[in-house]
Amino acid sequence: MEGIENIYTYLKGKFGEGIGILDKESRDPWFEVKRENLREVATFLRDDPELGFTYLVAITGVDYSKFVDVDYKGKLCATYILYRLRDSHQLIFKVFVEKEDPVIPSVWDIWRAAEWHEREAFDLVGIKFEGHPDLRRILLPPEWEGHPLLKDYKEPEEYRTPDGYLVVKTHRPDPLRENNESDQK
Amino acid sequence: MAGRYKEGVENIPIEQIADALFPEVILTTVDDFLNWGRSWSVWYLLFATACCGIELMQFGGPRTDADRIGSVFRATPRQADLMIVAGTITYKMASRVKLLYEQMAEPKYVISMGACANCGGPFWYSYSVLRGIDKVIPVDFYIAGCPPRPEALLQGVIEVQKKIKKEKYLRAKKSEAGG
Amino acid sequence: MSLTRSEEWYLNMGPHHPSTHGVLRFVVKSDGEVIDEVKPDIGFLHRGIEKIAERLEYNQIIPYYDRVDYLAAFNASWSYVMAVEKLLGIEVPPRAEYIRVILGELNRIISHLISVGSFALDMGAVTPFTWAIREREVVNDIFEMVTGSRLTYNFPRIGGVYQDVPEGFREKVLQFCEYFPPKLKEFNDLITYQKIFIHRLANVAVITPEQAIAFGLTGPNLRGSGIKYDLRKNRPYSVYSEFEFDIPVGTGEAGTLGDAYDRYMVRIREMEESCKIIKQAIEKMPDGPVRAKVPRKLKPPVGDVYAATEAPRGELGVHLISDGSSRPYRMKIRTGSFAAMSIVNEVSHGLMIADLVALIGSLDVIAPEIDR
Repeated sequence: MEGIENIYTYLKGKFGEGIGILDKESRDPWFEVKRENLREVATFLRDDPELGFTYLVAITGVDYSKFVDVDYKGKLCATYILYRLRDSHQLIFKVFVEKEDPVIPSVWDIWRAAEWHEREAFDLVGIKFEGHPDLRRILLPPEWEGHPLLKDYKEPEEYRTPDGYLVVKTHRPDPLRENNESDQK
Repeated sequence: MAGRYKEGVENIPIEQIADALFPEVILTTVDDFLNWGRSWSVWYLLFATACCGIELMQFGGPRTDADRIGSVFRATPRQADLMIVAGTITYKMASRVKLLYEQMAEPKYVISMGACANCGGPFWYSYSVLRGIDKVIPVDFYIAGCPPRPEALLQGVIEVQKKIKKEKYLRAKKSEAGG
Repeated sequence: MSLTRSEEWYLNMGPHHPSTHGVLRFVVKSDGEVIDEVKPDIGFLHRGIEKIAERLEYNQIIPYYDRVDYLAAFNASWSYVMAVEKLLGIEVPPRAEYIRVILGELNRIISHLISVGSFALDMGAVTPFTWAIREREVVNDIFEMVTGSRLTYNFPRIGGVYQDVPEGFREKVLQFCEYFPPKLKEFNDLITYQKIFIHRLANVAVITPEQAIAFGLTGPNLRGSGIKYDLRKNRPYSVYSEFEFDIPVGTGEAGTLGDAYDRYMVRIREMEESCKIIKQAIEKMPDGPVRAKVPRKLKPPVGDVYAATEAPRGELGVHLISDGSSRPYRMKIRTGSFAAMSIVNEVSHGLMIADLVALIGSLDVIAPEIDR
């Protein structure tokens, strides 16, 4: 099956309300999947002979809190990029969650590649993937506080290893900071 | 040299006597002799974290050939005299850098290779990068560049050699022991 | 015989370990020599490029991509400029595309040289590494001539490349195409077809095709498992559809399909294919401008874009989300090494500890690509 609109209609007919909006304006169009239906939709996308998206390219965690005015502004989002290997068809869909309740069901057993991508999205954006076998920080040290790719992330004043072996001040002048007026021109 | 003239041989410097009697003998101080040996066997710790690590490999490769000035890489800090920190050091890595430095035997030297190790370089704005390894360990020489050419690193090792040759190693140890 | 007792124990490998290709750490749970479980600990080189990019203009980000994959800096920054070009709908002049293809393939050759050379070094052979570095220096000279830099080129620009190639480039590249295949044969005689080396790698660390797809492996690691998937053929970008070349895949020639030797052989054969592409590209290279007219201040439309190139370590994809301003709202880098590392635990069960080094070496991972 070719074309995002065909796939969207096909899925909409199958899952109804489980499939949300379709963004055709975007350069790479995408559609929304409601998180309650994510696992069913994901299994269907992988196993349906018409679709057959067996290859997960990446999961991008996004914080939409400072985005332009859209319905999903202020939400957290996991963007799934899929391939169908036989004709290299690409598919993007998104799952939105509220910032207060950032829980998305894990798809690690549907696409095994998701295991690490979900850990990364948890580490950097703070989305919790329910049912993930080993959801811990992957890139940052385990004692790190906060999720750096959130838009309101504040860097800590100092870095300290848990045993106190190393203490470093992290402060530095920042000419590119948003509230720096000389940069606005 | 303190004892320039030997008893019984008047007004003839000892070097001349030695040259006359044994032309293949070189006279020197113990310090100079030790430093000569140390400076031509500066073994460096293979500590490549990022981009500079590739130039570090090519520094040991056939064109730049660090081997000709007596520098070979060692995989363990216990056998190394020189630590070349080649690449970005993150906070997660910083405690390991300190640990590796402490595992090296005295006397030890550190070259900070490239912009990232010097000051954070292009990752100055990053939340997770240590801005300069000199916040964690003492550094002898900084090499600029992103990444520096292998020739620049070779010059850095030659500078370390010069530094070694100037050291009063034995006397420094004595005064330390006395004080 | 009941005196022999076996006990599980943990072995820490890295982050400073000569055979981990950068700073990686593995917590190995093993029963004697046989591995039960490997937990890779990554992030020792996590430099936060994705966050830095959010505060930079689109064209300021290009140098950071050189540092995402420093062994193939050109391919990495090519991915990024392709994503921005796709977002803005910019047509790249054909001469620029040809220059990109030539430099990209040269970059692939020297990246694979480091890969196979250091793989042999990990397996205990020092000479092949030195030979590979020697060949690499020849290409480094070409890159220095074109871009002024040996490793991090910062050469592609949004809408083309920084400048035209200098006088004598064509001759030098053709000279290299003559020089390299015999040297590769020498290299093969030295190590590739060496009996000890083959026995060391055959049937070791087998990745089945199903596993390779499930874990999202790309590049030579995916093709080593016998799957003929290459972005240059399957999703042709740039001008790759104009060239004739083969996609080498693993066949299990030494042992099982998808073993370490298959992945190694794919890289060796890809270097030959790259040479073919370079020869064709240099013959066909048209005249003309090397940079499209692109405004200084870029204002892309709101939306998502994903673009990827076939880098030496597999698909290097860039997912950009634009909010209409001159800076990306979110940038995600998808790399082959990250996917390759995630399979280590799955494959290493039942391996010997010494074979873990063979597995990591044959996956050809580099730390900044995993951690970004």
